[in-house]
Amino acid sequence: MNLECRKFDALVIGAGGGGLRAALQLSQADASVAVVSKVFPTRSHTVAAQGGMNAALANVSPDNWHWHMYDTVKGSDYLGDQDAIEYMCRAASHLVIELEHQGVPFSRLDNGKIYQRPFGGQSQNFGGAQAARTCAAADRTGHAILHTLYQQNIQARTHFFDEYFAIDLLMDKDGFVLGALVLRIETGELLIIEAKTTLLATGGVGRLFRTNTNARINTGDGMAMVLRAGIPLQDMEFFQFHPTGIAGKGMLITEGVRGEGGYLLNGDGERFMERYAPNAKDLASRDVVSRAIAVEVREGRGCGPDKDHVMLKLDHLGSEIIKKRLPGIRDTCITFLHIDPVEQPIPVFPTAHYTMGGIPTNRYGQVVVPVKQSPEEPIPGLYAVGECACVSVHGANRLGGNSLLDIVVFGRAAGNHIIEFLRENRYHRPMQNAQDSIDRALARLARWEQRREGETVDELRKELQKTMEFYCGVFRTRDVLEQGVKKMLEIEQRVAQATLRDHSQVFNTARIEALELENLVDTGLATVVSALAREESRGAHSREDFPERDDQRWLKHSLYYQEQNRLDYKPVRIKPLTVESFPPKPRVY
Amino acid sequence: MRFSVYRYNPEVDSGPRMQTYVLEQVPQGMMLLDALLEIKAQDETLSFRRSCGEGVCGSDALNINGRNGLACITPVADLKEPVEVRPLPGLPVVRDLVVDMDKFFHQYRAVQPYLIVHDPDPETERPQSPEDRDKLDGLYECILCGCCSMSCPSFWWNPDKFRGPAALLQAWRFLADSRDQATEHRLQELEGPYRMFRCHTIMNCVDVCPKGLNPTLAINNIKKLMLKHLV
Ligand SMILES: Cc1cc2nc3c(=O)[nH]c(=O)nc-3n(C[C@H](O)[C@H](O)[C@H](O)COP(=O)(O)OP(=O)(O)OC[C@H]3O[C@@H](n4cnc5c(N)ncnc54)[C@H](O)[C@@H]3O)c2cc1C
Ligand code: SF4
Ligand code: SF4
Ligand code: FES
Repeated sequence: MNLECRKFDALVIGAGGGGLRAALQLSQADASVAVVSKVFPTRSHTVAAQGGMNAALANVSPDNWHWHMYDTVKGSDYLGDQDAIEYMCRAASHLVIELEHQGVPFSRLDNGKIYQRPFGGQSQNFGGAQAARTCAAADRTGHAILHTLYQQNIQARTHFFDEYFAIDLLMDKDGFVLGALVLRIETGELLIIEAKTTLLATGGVGRLFRTNTNARINTGDGMAMVLRAGIPLQDMEFFQFHPTGIAGKGMLITEGVRGEGGYLLNGDGERFMERYAPNAKDLASRDVVSRAIAVEVREGRGCGPDKDHVMLKLDHLGSEIIKKRLPGIRDTCITFLHIDPVEQPIPVFPTAHYTMGGIPTNRYGQVVVPVKQSPEEPIPGLYAVGECACVSVHGANRLGGNSLLDIVVFGRAAGNHIIEFLRENRYHRPMQNAQDSIDRALARLARWEQRREGETVDELRKELQKTMEFYCGVFRTRDVLEQGVKKMLEIEQRVAQATLRDHSQVFNTARIEALELENLVDTGLATVVSALAREESRGAHSREDFPERDDQRWLKHSLYYQEQNRLDYKPVRIKPLTVESFPPKPRVY
Repeated sequence: MRFSVYRYNPEVDSGPRMQTYVLEQVPQGMMLLDALLEIKAQDETLSFRRSCGEGVCGSDALNINGRNGLACITPVADLKEPVEVRPLPGLPVVRDLVVDMDKFFHQYRAVQPYLIVHDPDPETERPQSPEDRDKLDGLYECILCGCCSMSCPSFWWNPDKFRGPAALLQAWRFLADSRDQATEHRLQELEGPYRMFRCHTIMNCVDVCPKGLNPTLAINNIKKLMLKHLV
């Protein structure tokens, strides 16, 4: 097959905050950049981020980057890499200010500075009083940032491939990544995009779970592409359940509600978080609050006729604060619940939200894998940033407000590293040497064109999501996880036999959903297999049969390889760049 | 519940047709997007765009019983049967409910929707008073769904020349920003009989905006500012 081919210096797959920030850095340095996105850039999931982005600006409470670093390490349950965390927290203020200069309409304080609100897990002075570190544009911070970054890329004249779906990475025999095979959704045409570097910024995989806060497009495509290229995924067992999704529906109610002074009540009208986190209370880390809610409900202290959720009370904040600081979640409640939070509490329950694990990278965004004695050798030409990547700044549990930070910090860092790489690698490598990976991707596509009876993509996706939710949820045990792995392997078999009913070329969304389902299967297996192996409780990974954290055996990153569902491990980078490391301590809030 | 859905696949259909679908069960609180997803589960060949499912990404703007809106925040219980679902009017249909939005985005990019500042950037944030920041409320929240421009007769007739309500709302978003320093340039760019002055204050745009934004007001504000700059 003769495929059309386009050539750029750099390919960026994904136009969320991570991809756009990297692309901007590259365009401003006069590299030719192609940004491929399966949806129009401002439809990317970053648009949905609500509460804000952390940086120790100290506009509201005393603060500095070192305290932010401490909170992030503690929040990660000591699984975060401290060099990357130091880098991120040091860069944070500069990057928020840069976003302001680029036009982000941050909310403001009376003195004209950027408004900051308290968020979970934030402290002054290494575990002292609550800090207010989250820079916000009302409760539409992601929207404000994503639109601004897109606008900046318009100005920088970045080349966009909107509504193109990336299928697989193209890798040559020497292990260099030479670009990707992509599908133009509008026409069904295939295209090779050749580039000296390829950056994955494809976002998370919240769609693994039935009830989730994520957009329908969050299907882990980049992560699955990496697995199929023989590269492992790191720490996939760590999936964040956000404490306050709307019960039964999943829409997110930002932690900013509790930051502004809202709190949780159980069926007895008790502020139960006081029992679980005497100091931080409702602003403890997300893993802690989610587990507390799940326990309250399990022990019969839930709200509603089925006692299956708890209530988030905020009416005492007054209608002015709610309308000014939380207008978006008020709209959401009115639209989906017919409840006005100015008057009534919101029913909430822990909901699948954020993928801590992902493509292993170093703090330059280079994708790294173990080779012989070295645990972290870069794959030449391949980068990853954002929710699809695992740097790892979030470790076993991400702090709210650290992801918007992560995507701009490492988007920019990867952009800078790519510029260096381009300086040293002036020419494209010959594409003939990547024919194998092209053929494999084409075969995977071709198999969906077989016309016969079979199960549908829709049925199988629903079954997968139920399976993951039931067998790999907030609380886990060996028994349940073993069944989960078995079920997921069965689903994998069945997906291989599933069929499409729509074989047309023009804007065939059924085909896209089929490819996304394959990606869900690959990343779902990575998640349950990694979860079964980790016999301890750390951050979001909570094993009832191993309720304690076990630093002796498990202070290490998991690496899952698709081939034979194999696992490997590598050490956590405990040593920061310039400061003393924070050694693991018991984690209390 | 009965739905009548616009179907057109250029590979097989000679022209568009309406297809009827019936959903036996309509759970309480069902949104039109949920209904379309159920329909797609029955008939995979129906194509439409969707992503966030909560009215923030702007993917699923459709013409619903004759009125533009977002499927994901339109409760089906409020709709008259059979619910007629069509692509946004005024743009070429790619397939079924999917339209080609190129012209719409082109007009958006044409208003230079980014902050233009000539002074060097300070080391800290540029100060902005809460009152100045308030002027951006009702403007920056636009999700580029296209409901407004595709309900505007002036845009239907002149999608190449008239910027349309969505783009003009963004033009005003930057004019209204106390940090922007390109007022003169932006106003000049909007002169002439078409770019802005094709707006005849028909107000369809205000009526349909799912985010409750007011492009007509923005257009009037631009006109007022132009007058001020003339004298
Ligand atoms: C409801 C919600 C609220 C949140 N609020 C906050 C918050 O207040 N603060 C905070 O710090 N974090 C928040 N987060 C988390 C944060 O928003 C995300 O982690 C972050 O935006 C991810 O950005 P990204 O650039 O990595 O990916 P995304 O924004 O998800 O972008 C992914 C991009 O990849 C593209 N893509 C994916 N697959 C393909 C493919 N196969 N081919 C082509 N393109 C592809 C998509 O089109 C898209 O452009 C929130 C998350 C949710 C769900
Ligand atoms: S008010 Fe102007 S922009 Fe709005 S619909 Fe009417 S003509 Fe179009
Ligand atoms: S102004 Fe309203 S209707 Fe128009 S594109 Fe923006 S959000 Fe959509
Ligand atoms: S799906 Fe995002 S606005 Fe409707």
